[in-house]
Amino acid sequence: MKRFNAMSTTALSAVIAATLAAPAMAQEVSGDVVKIGILNDQSGVYADFGGRSSVAAARMAIADFGGTVLGKPIELVDADHQNKADIASNIAREWYDVQNVDAIMELTTSSVALAVQGLSREKGKITITTGAATTELTGKQCSPYGFHWAYDTHALAVGTGGALVKAGGDTWFFLTADYAFGYSLEEQTGNFVKANGGQVLGSVRHPLSTTDFSSFVLQAQSSGAKVVGMANAGLDTQNTIKAAAEFGLVQSGQQLAALLFTLAEVHGLGLDAAQGINLTEGWYWDQSDENRAFAERFQKEANVKPNMIHVGTYSAVLQYLKAVQAAGTDETKAVAAKLHELPVEDVFAKKGTVQANGRMVYDMYLFQVKAPGDSKGEWDYYNQVATVPGAEAYLPVDQSGCDTASFAAN
Amino acid sequence: MTTLLGVPLPALYGQLLIGLINGSFYALLSLGLAVIFGLLRVINFAHGAQYMVGAFVAFLLLRFGAIGFWWALILAPLTVALVSAIIERTMLSRLYRLDHLYGLLFTFGLALILEGLFRHYWGAAGQPYPSPPELAGGTNLGFMFLPNYRGFVVVASLVVCIAVWALIEKTSLGATLRAATENPQLVQAFGVNVPLLLTLTYALGAGLAALAGVLAAPIYQVNPMMGTNLIIIVFAVVVIGGMGSIVGAIVSGYLLGILEGLTRVFYPEASNIVVFVIMAVVLLARPAGLFGKEA
Repeated sequence: MKRFNAMSTTALSAVIAATLAAPAMAQEVSGDVVKIGILNDQSGVYADFGGRSSVAAARMAIADFGGTVLGKPIELVDADHQNKADIASNIAREWYDVQNVDAIMELTTSSVALAVQGLSREKGKITITTGAATTELTGKQCSPYGFHWAYDTHALAVGTGGALVKAGGDTWFFLTADYAFGYSLEEQTGNFVKANGGQVLGSVRHPLSTTDFSSFVLQAQSSGAKVVGMANAGLDTQNTIKAAAEFGLVQSGQQLAALLFTLAEVHGLGLDAAQGINLTEGWYWDQSDENRAFAERFQKEANVKPNMIHVGTYSAVLQYLKAVQAAGTDETKAVAAKLHELPVEDVFAKKGTVQANGRMVYDMYLFQVKAPGDSKGEWDYYNQVATVPGAEAYLPVDQSGCDTASFAAN
Repeated sequence: MTTLLGVPLPALYGQLLIGLINGSFYALLSLGLAVIFGLLRVINFAHGAQYMVGAFVAFLLLRFGAIGFWWALILAPLTVALVSAIIERTMLSRLYRLDHLYGLLFTFGLALILEGLFRHYWGAAGQPYPSPPELAGGTNLGFMFLPNYRGFVVVASLVVCIAVWALIEKTSLGATLRAATENPQLVQAFGVNVPLLLTLTYALGAGLAALAGVLAAPIYQVNPMMGTNLIIIVFAVVVIGGMGSIVGAIVSGYLLGILEGLTRVFYPEASNIVVFVIMAVVLLARPAGLFGKEA
C-alpha cells in the first residue's frame, strides 16, 4: 500500500503542478491567442493606398513569423473604418472589450489614428500607425503605447521640400486641401523651403474632394513659382495632377511636388499624367533584390506591387510579434518596452530605431516618376533622386512636443 | 494690368472659361435628370452611377477592345441606355404607382450597388483614360492656355443640350411624350404605347449621363466614386433650375458652373458650397426654382 501511496502522491502533485501551471501560462498570452487588428479604409479614397492589400501584408508577416508566438496561435482581424473617427473608435472598443484584440495597426487618416491611439492609451493597448501622416501622433498627443511607422508629414516635408530647393526649385506655390492635414503639410514644407533659402510665393486652399482643379492650377500657373507643391492627398492629388498635365503646367517650366503620393496612386494615374512628379516614400520595390523578391510574393497575394504603407504594415506586424516573443508575454507594458528597445531590421527598414515618443526612424527616399518612354514595364515607375537619412527626416523627441516624462505615470 | 477686385482681368477670363467648361458637365447631367423627373416623376439617384458607368465603359472598351474615344462616345451611352432600359422595364416601372420615395430609394440602392461593384473590381484609386489624339495639346488664347479637349467638351455639350431640348419641346415625338406624362390613360387610348415611351425616356436620360461620363473620362480619373462627388451638386442645379424644367436645367447648369469658377478666384474655400447657398436663396425666393412652374 505504501508504494501505491507514493505513486498516487506523485500523480497528485503532477496534476496539481499542471493545474497551477495552466493559469501561469495564460498570464503570458491573454486568451491563449495573440490577436492583431488591421483597421483601415477599405472602400474609400485610401482603399488602394492601404486597404485590403495591407491585410494581405499583415497575413504575410504572420506567416513569415511562423504562425505562432510563444507557442500560441496568432489571429488576424480587419475592418473598414470608412475614414470616420467615430466608426473607427467603436470598432476599436468592440475589438478590445469583446474580441480581446491585443494591438491595432495601420489606422489610415490622421483623425482616425489620433482617436484610436487616444482610446488605446486609456485601454492600455498598443497601436502601430502606418497609414496616417500627422506628427501629432508622436507629438503633443503621443502615447506610451502608440507607435508610428512608415512616414509622417515631417518626413514628407523634409524629403520633398528640402531636396527640391537644393535642386534649384527655390520659389513655391501651394495647392492646399482646406483641413488640418493640408495646413500642417503646407506649413512644415514651407518652413523647409524657407530654411533652405527658398521663398513661398502664395497658396490657394481648395475644399476637400474637389472634382475640378483647373482653376486652382491656373492660379498656380499665374503665380510664376518654380515649384507647385500639392499639400493634399488621394483623389485630390490625382485630379490636381491631371489638370496640371492638361493645362501644360510642367511643359511651361514649372515642377510638381506631391507631398503625399505613393506607388498606388502613380499606378492609378498612369505615367502620362504622373511623369516628372517628385515624391517621398520610404520603400520602393525595385531598390534591391530583397525588395523585388518581397514585392513579387506580395503581388501574388494582392495583385499589386506594394507601397510604403503596405510594407510598413508588414513590418509593424512582424516587429510586434518579435516584441511579444522577446517580452515572453503579450502584456502591453512589457511589449511596448520591447518595441522601444528592439532595432527594426526587416525588408522594410534597415537599422530602424524607435524613439521614446514612439516614432520609428529610418531612411526615406526622394523619387521622381519616370517618363513613359523610360519605363521598362508595368510598375517600373520611379527614379531614385536622393536618400534622406532618418535622423533628418524625423523630428527628435525634444522637438516633437511629446511629453515623454508623463509616460512614467502609466 | 487691369484688375477687378484685385484679380487681373486675364486671370478672370480664364476662370470664366473654366467655369463654362464645368458648367457643360452640370448642364449635361442635370438635363438627363430633368428629363427623367419631368416625364417620369422619378428622382433618379442612380444618375451619378450611370455617369460613372459611362466613363468605365469607355475605359473598358479601350483597355480590352482597343476601341477609342470616338466610338466610345456612341457605344458607351448606348450600352448604359440599354441596361437602364432593362432595369426600368423589369424593376423601376413597378414603382410608378407608389410614392416618389420608392423610386428614389430604388435608384439610390442601385447607385450603391453599381459603385460597390466597380470599386471591388477596379479599386478606389481610379483608372487613367487618355484624351483622343486628335484633340491633344491646346491653344494659347492670350489670357490662358485652353486645352483643345476642354474646348471640344463645351461645344459638344451645347450641341447635345440644344438637340435634346428640341427633341422634347419641338418634335411630335416630344409632344406625345409630354402628353403621355400629363394623362397616360388618354394617350394610351389614342393607341400610343405609353410604357414603351417611358422606358425610352429613362434610357435617354441614362444615356445622357453616360455621354457626360465619356466626355469626363479624359479630364477626370475614371473612378467608381466620380459620380457621387458630382451628383449632389447636379441635384442642386436641377432644383435651382426648377425640377423637371429642361431649359431651367441647361441654363442653370452653365450659370452655376461660371459662378463656381468665380468663387474659386475670390474665395476658394467656399467653392464647394456656393451652389448650395444659391439653392437655399432660390428656394426661399422662388420655391419652384428659376424656371419651374408653380404647382
